Amino acid sequence: MRELSLHILDLAENAVTAGARLVAITVEESAAADRLAIRVADDGPGLPEEKLRRLEDPFVTTRTTRRVGLGLSLLAAAARRAGGGVEVRSAPGAGTEVSAVFRLGHIDRAPIGDVAATIAALIAGYPAVDFVYRHRIEEREIALDTRELRTAAEGVDPADPALAEGIARWLREELGRLARGGKEGCDAQDDC
Amino acid sequence: MPKMTVDDLKRIKERTLQATALRHGEARVKITVHMGTCGIAAGARAVMTALMEEMAEAGRTDIRVVTSGCMGMCSSEPNVTVELLGEEPIVYQHMDANRMRQVFRRHVLLGEVQSDFALAKM
Repeated sequence: MRELSLHILDLAENAVTAGARLVAITVEESAAADRLAIRVADDGPGLPEEKLRRLEDPFVTTRTTRRVGLGLSLLAAAARRAGGGVEVRSAPGAGTEVSAVFRLGHIDRAPIGDVAATIAALIAGYPAVDFVYRHRIEEREIALDTRELRTAAEGVDPADPALAEGIARWLREELGRLARGGKEGCDAQDDC
Repeated sequence: MPKMTVDDLKRIKERTLQATALRHGEARVKITVHMGTCGIAAGARAVMTALMEEMAEAGRTDIRVVTSGCMGMCSSEPNVTVELLGEEPIVYQHMDANRMRQVFRRHVLLGEVQSDFALAKM
């Protein structure tokens, strides 16, 4: 996978397929600490000890459609290539949390990519699942919580596929502003 | 800290061409984008993004978009299944943004199966 945002989509996909009803996605970027951290936590059934130990083995999978599970092995490889690693915490009944850490400035770190498209696709694609997304760059962050946006009485539904494009655009704009350190409509310039 | 609020969502809805949003009643079309690891690696998210743009433009309230995992046909990903009410589901293979737009406009909106891209009837 070319972008880390695709790994996020993949991890969230795994969580939903495993039966999660709430998926929390956190991205933290810090140039000061030379660190990029991605965390996907779910409230799914969790993994038993023996599965957890062999998680990065591409030939271990809980799926039944095919016998290889590549998602996590690919992510672990991408993280190790960029001076980081992957950690999975899980217990039966207690959900699963996958954390991937990268050195932000590492030359082999894959680009983060279009996280906005990933989040919008998840929200529209899984109307029965709630998503919490937080993205922090240095000390600033943006957030979205579908539980707070699901106010059916007011006639708007975040999972309405017609709104997905608008949600992606909102996120893209806010992320752009975040990357510029909170300034409006200018990039790479300090005085505007 | 900017956090998306219900008001933001309402503004998004107003800006979308569609006047009515909440989907109730029976869906006449179901579109499934298969987004397992294989699908994602092959470009399923770009297909999904194109589909969402088409949906926003079409303003139809009887179309449901869902995603699903791998269906075991990884080599033909990205796969998209289109199911019109009362008709057999059609699986499209090797989809990209342009093919998705064509399938949406011709098959979903006009009912013409795009057999060039079709993998199979399910």
